[in-house]
Amino acid sequence: MKQKLVVVGNGMAGMRTVEELLKIASDKYDITVFGSEPHGNYNRIMLSPLLSGEKSLNDIMINDLEWYSTNNITLHAGYEKRVVKVDRRSKVVYAADGTEAVYDRLLLATGSNPFIIPVPGKDLGGVIAFRDISDVDTMLSAAKSKQHAIVIGGGLLGLEAANGLLKQGMDVTVVHNLEVLMNRQLDTVSAQYLQKALEERGMKFRMSANTSCLEGDEHGQVKSIKFDTGETLPADIVVMAAGIRPNTELAQTIGLYCERGIVVNDTLQTYDPCIYAVGECVQHRGELFGLVAPIWDQAKVCANHLAGFGIGIYKQKDVSTKLKVTGIDLFSAGNFLGDNDSEQIVFQDPSRGIYKKLVLKDDRIIGSVLYGDTVEGSWYFNLMREKTSVADFRDALIFGQHFVGDAGHQGQNAIVDMPDDAEVCGCNGICKGDIVKAITENKLFTLDDVRSATKASASCGSCSGLVEQILTATVGGNYSESPSEKPMCACTKYSHDSVRASITENGLKSFHEVAAFLEWDSGDGCHVCRPAINYYLVCAWPTEKVDDPRSRFINERVHANIQKDNTYSVIPRMWGGVTTPSELRAIADAADKYHVPCVKVTGGQRIDLLGVKKEDLPHIWKDLNNAGMVSGHAYGKALRTVKTCVGSEYCRFGTQDSTGMGIKLEKMTWGSWTPAKVKMAVSGCPRNCAEATIKDFGVVAVDSGWELYVAGNGGIKVRACDYLCKVTTEEEVLEYAGAFMQMYREQGRHNERSAPWVERVGLSYIKSEIVENPEQRKAFHARFLESQKYAQVDPWAERASHEVEKQEFIPLTQVG
Amino acid sequence: MTQWIDIGQLEDIPRLGSRVVESVHGDIAIFRTKEDKVFALRDKCPHKGGALSQGIVHGERVTCPLHNWVISLLDGEAQGFDSGCTPAYPVKLENNRVYLSLEQERKTG
Repeated sequence: MKQKLVVVGNGMAGMRTVEELLKIASDKYDITVFGSEPHGNYNRIMLSPLLSGEKSLNDIMINDLEWYSTNNITLHAGYEKRVVKVDRRSKVVYAADGTEAVYDRLLLATGSNPFIIPVPGKDLGGVIAFRDISDVDTMLSAAKSKQHAIVIGGGLLGLEAANGLLKQGMDVTVVHNLEVLMNRQLDTVSAQYLQKALEERGMKFRMSANTSCLEGDEHGQVKSIKFDTGETLPADIVVMAAGIRPNTELAQTIGLYCERGIVVNDTLQTYDPCIYAVGECVQHRGELFGLVAPIWDQAKVCANHLAGFGIGIYKQKDVSTKLKVTGIDLFSAGNFLGDNDSEQIVFQDPSRGIYKKLVLKDDRIIGSVLYGDTVEGSWYFNLMREKTSVADFRDALIFGQHFVGDAGHQGQNAIVDMPDDAEVCGCNGICKGDIVKAITENKLFTLDDVRSATKASASCGSCSGLVEQILTATVGGNYSESPSEKPMCACTKYSHDSVRASITENGLKSFHEVAAFLEWDSGDGCHVCRPAINYYLVCAWPTEKVDDPRSRFINERVHANIQKDNTYSVIPRMWGGVTTPSELRAIADAADKYHVPCVKVTGGQRIDLLGVKKEDLPHIWKDLNNAGMVSGHAYGKALRTVKTCVGSEYCRFGTQDSTGMGIKLEKMTWGSWTPAKVKMAVSGCPRNCAEATIKDFGVVAVDSGWELYVAGNGGIKVRACDYLCKVTTEEEVLEYAGAFMQMYREQGRHNERSAPWVERVGLSYIKSEIVENPEQRKAFHARFLESQKYAQVDPWAERASHEVEKQEFIPLTQVG
Repeated sequence: MTQWIDIGQLEDIPRLGSRVVESVHGDIAIFRTKEDKVFALRDKCPHKGGALSQGIVHGERVTCPLHNWVISLLDGEAQGFDSGCTPAYPVKLENNRVYLSLEQERKTG
């Protein structure tokens, strides 16, 4: 027998909860929904574009009436269906027209009411709020025949309403009681920029103005607004947009404990355990909510508890607001005003209309406001979320990521100016227009949604910032994103770092132990979390057999690189890029014997045999093994190559034996598994022919010793290395290299190369651990060598002998 | 009458893994889930022909090794926003032996 769930409130929070619930327990409840508006569930954030005429009602529907019937949900919609009473003892809900519904669980999602300023005349005709579709209809019909509009409230909502009315051809004045527009998001300077831009579009303002009354005509219609200064302005319509208040009316009537909102605990339960509440009507740990992201989180947690799984608690997170007010780019996050203990970095360019402010405390970003150029918003927010020290690049911070060693994305930074056919995602060929279309048609709200729907930014990720901006611009209004802790994947709410900490703290030894301990949403994870956790296990327990081939990506499972035609490539190791005639002969023989269609020299100074059939792999490996060669790990998140130049042995400029140094480094580090691929290089003089300064670990010989560089890469975003330090002996080079490798292995996140890792944690931190703290360095190095004892086994030899993973390379059988 | 072909025993296929059966229809990937259910799909991702047998198996789905499309083992349908379908074949487990039928369950959609 199904239980009964009744939802009061047919808005975004309530229906999101129902959607989440249907995803995980579609058969548990008979669901009945009461809504006081005669529509399905629509996207309230999109009321502004509806008003300005950029969107139609259809465009902003999230769940149309058909959705309710497809999902067997009974919908009672309309003003007469508003819920007026709940009998908590017999668990029955009553609507105004007498409709009843019995519940086992009740969900309150009553949203909020506009705050109507208590001035004389507030009840006159033509005085409205900006809250629902009927308000928009009133405004649209007023715009047809009337002229003067007053908007009370210079916050986000008020400015959006004002902009819409302006676009409908009205004469609009915004009345704000403070000197600063959007004071919840902007500081004085950025607010002035905004006001100036809006004035240029024809919007008028009365700042620091207090309304004393609204005056009506003989029909009870508003005709003017009067301020306490005595000034009077004509007003055919007055829109109150001075904020919202949680709608707790029903909750209070039925005796639920309320303060400013309906008080809920971490599982979104009210003081009546059968009654849950989500969205703008709730108060959680003293806070109220008005943005989408936190409400989506609430919906997820609430659905989980309604489904009876009892997993997860709601945790408040940092929120950034990226605003798109009338074609003006704004971004604000955190403590953007600062205080006595903080410092500010400010950039101002009035003619370009650009203003950027970062608020710093102890070299960490705690808040920011960007106006006019918001492309760096997500980067700053990331630095803020990760609490990254910016000490090392404070000088360039305000200019953006480009200036701290990131080549960026074709220099594109203003998506507003991009035509629809401009390619945003170069990996998957996705244009701006495709993304906008997917967002509107599929009602997407998050970067992850956009990624799975369009594949934009799903491959290399370098265009994530642009895609996020397009999302902001398209979803508009109070789109907000970025929980303080990014979950590893859709299977869990835990981040990489917390999963990893839990593995070591609790001695977890397999994926299934981790998934059980951390209450994974899915039984055996997905292609994102399984390989990540497998790596963390391998790194945490080097001496134990924790590696699970089934959690390895194919390349690491069969120790060869899968190609587009499902053949593989084979690259034997060439220590330091040095080979011999007999090795070359063996490679040539193998290429002939197995009909290798393509033989190519790689960028890492070795030879690639491309187009090998899977069943031939163990045989070709055996032949190469017999000639003394081992796997080059060209397929793995592992040490790839150590590129060298010829050095002092032959080169007339060489200062040290770079080739010999490279071979020693490669002999020490080969076989180790790392969060992402690791490349090294050693150059014999500052001419740097081995290009050592764009490697994860680079060594440049100078006359007096060796300069060490870290965290560079070519690839998606070219990043030159940071200089770590200078050492004198080869032994020191090895010790620093091993220590750096181990620190990266232990602290880098799966799939995070050393460059973003170092940018995230800060070069100073790396230096403090590896350069300034010899004991720590020696400990890292020792741990690295210990784990290498178990890691340096040639995977090719293991498989060529047919003892390991034998079944992997032969078909099960042949039929038909 | 369905013609069942004995293709081996359950243990021949690694748990959360796959083995390939070569057939006149081309390669067929036989999957084994954590719960020891077996499934058979044509070893060709509907996207760009990646060998699904080489992917990571999770739940009753497999992720293609080439571009991470997620394919349902039940019916070969691409999951999420991707659309495409690879043929699924009837397969059954009896007394620990795996039987396959070459009658295609579905045509490519």
